[in-house]
Amino acid sequence: MNALLHECDRRTSEVWQRLALVTDPELDESVTELGFVEHVTVDDDGDVDIVFRLPTFWCSANFAFLMADDMRRAVSSLPWVRKARPQLRDHMVAEQINRGVREGMSFADALKEFAPGGSLDELRDKFRRKAFERRQEVMILALRGIGYEDPAICRMSLCSFDEVEFASPDVARQKPRYRELLIETGLACLPEDRTFVTYEGAPIKRHELASYLQRLRGVRINMEFNSSLCRGLLAVRRRELVDDNPGPTPSPCGGCSSRCAAPSGSP
Amino acid sequence: MFITPTGEEVFVIDGHTHFWDGSPANQLNIHGKQFIDCFYAYHSSLSPKDKLWPKEQFEKYSAEQMYRDLFVDGPDDMAIVQSTYLTEFYKNGFNTIDRNAEMAKKYKDRFIVNGAFDPRDGERALEYIHYMKDTFGIKGVKLYTAEWKGESRGWKLTDPNAYRCFELCQKLGITNIHVHKGPTIIPLDKDAFDVHDVDHAATDFQGLNFIIEHCGLPRLDDFCWIAVQETNVYGGLAVALPFIHGRPRYFAEVISELLFWVGEDKILFGSDYAIWTPRWLVEKFWNFELPEDLKQEHGVDLTPQAKKKILGLNAARLYGVDVEAQKAKLAKGAYATAAG
Repeated sequence: MNALLHECDRRTSEVWQRLALVTDPELDESVTELGFVEHVTVDDDGDVDIVFRLPTFWCSANFAFLMADDMRRAVSSLPWVRKARPQLRDHMVAEQINRGVREGMSFADALKEFAPGGSLDELRDKFRRKAFERRQEVMILALRGIGYEDPAICRMSLCSFDEVEFASPDVARQKPRYRELLIETGLACLPEDRTFVTYEGAPIKRHELASYLQRLRGVRINMEFNSSLCRGLLAVRRRELVDDNPGPTPSPCGGCSSRCAAPSGSP
Repeated sequence: MFITPTGEEVFVIDGHTHFWDGSPANQLNIHGKQFIDCFYAYHSSLSPKDKLWPKEQFEKYSAEQMYRDLFVDGPDDMAIVQSTYLTEFYKNGFNTIDRNAEMAKKYKDRFIVNGAFDPRDGERALEYIHYMKDTFGIKGVKLYTAEWKGESRGWKLTDPNAYRCFELCQKLGITNIHVHKGPTIIPLDKDAFDVHDVDHAATDFQGLNFIIEHCGLPRLDDFCWIAVQETNVYGGLAVALPFIHGRPRYFAEVISELLFWVGEDKILFGSDYAIWTPRWLVEKFWNFELPEDLKQEHGVDLTPQAKKKILGLNAARLYGVDVEAQKAKLAKGAYATAAG
């Protein structure tokens, strides 16, 4: 019995770790860190239920679908998982999204009544670009902040970048995230490759850096607007749920006996 | 009237207010409930703690309370009250022009009542524009391109039916077209709050002013780009301004971008009442100074003169309000009220 419980905890914890890698495409922050995921249940057959909730009933259906699908993918990649079933709650098209993701439908088919254009992959790419640019801005500004001149930043190699240490916790947190996207997109692979290029892979000329940064700031301002509204709205929604339904707040680890390492709640 | 700490009087036109009924009794379906809940969440998450309202009051408030919040406790001299129908969500609409006009007529010289139309109504939309002009003498409308209607999940300013409405507005002198282009409420892949349609409409209707409420946020860069090119495009600060409380640095960045690209002559204050009340917004805005680094980087400043324009003078220009005459009228009215 104890061994079984222990196994359940381990598996639940693995699920949370995978979920932590899924980001809200618009905010470029982890869905677990944002407090979207409320509940994970793992059964003996390797079926996983993931209950999540977004800040509002109206949150964009395509982003919701994307997150649900990313959760399914991330959790399904665990070797012992038979089925991963994300379940979106309290959303205008929750039913369609849950069904669509469960049955592996395309985005366009699942949300047929809204006739969305474009594919999920196009959407993913659009948001990967935004994430790339947002993380990149953080790194460039941080380098400027510790005294690097623009020409040095523009030609900085990946191995030099790896050696830079940042004192600010936020920058230190973003550094591996930026690097990870560089590698994932193939924009830099070798130690001598440039660290700062455009999303199209073009080098940034030193006299263009200022105007390039201006554009990146625009990207960030838009994303931050959503990010702060989302966090605020989610916090309000949680308070209301607690008010409506007094009782113990659900533990992030669902039915398991101990709290796993997963981050919980909104900041 | 806002009185600055140095005793100066600043004329305030609140460019974006509502007199809604979102109460359960008026809700037609779950969407009606979720819509007002979402507004309440905006209110709760961006207001200072001591400015929070109970939910019930937020759902439906009286005309007296609105008057008090804006003009007695609040610093507004005038307010533009916008109409939003949402008849798919609310039995009697969310705030129709009839409801707004009924409220406004109790308070002479205080309100500018704007109408609304839905181009998807075709001929009926044109008739309705005539009705609003004849009955209420409107000078402006508020459009909500993401509003649901039957199967439709939104429309664009460039739709042929919308163009017919704009032609009529231009002819009738309904010159101020406020467009909600802001936080995403029901966006799908074809985002109904995308700002690009503004570009074409503004070019094609030079006799109209397009006031983009919420400055297109979270599409500020797109909005700025359009506003630079179109002389008749303005930005409304509703929703952007409350960040001044919880995230002043962020507000500083937004207003710097706006000052740089759009300019101080084309930005309008709006509280978005009752999501937020104007007093704390105006006070904080007046006391706000741009951080030095942003001033230098953008080469802009938020001077007292710029603040005065944003708080009232720009809207006065768009709506043909003679500020001095209006001040005199209001002073006389206040005297009459006090004496009565």
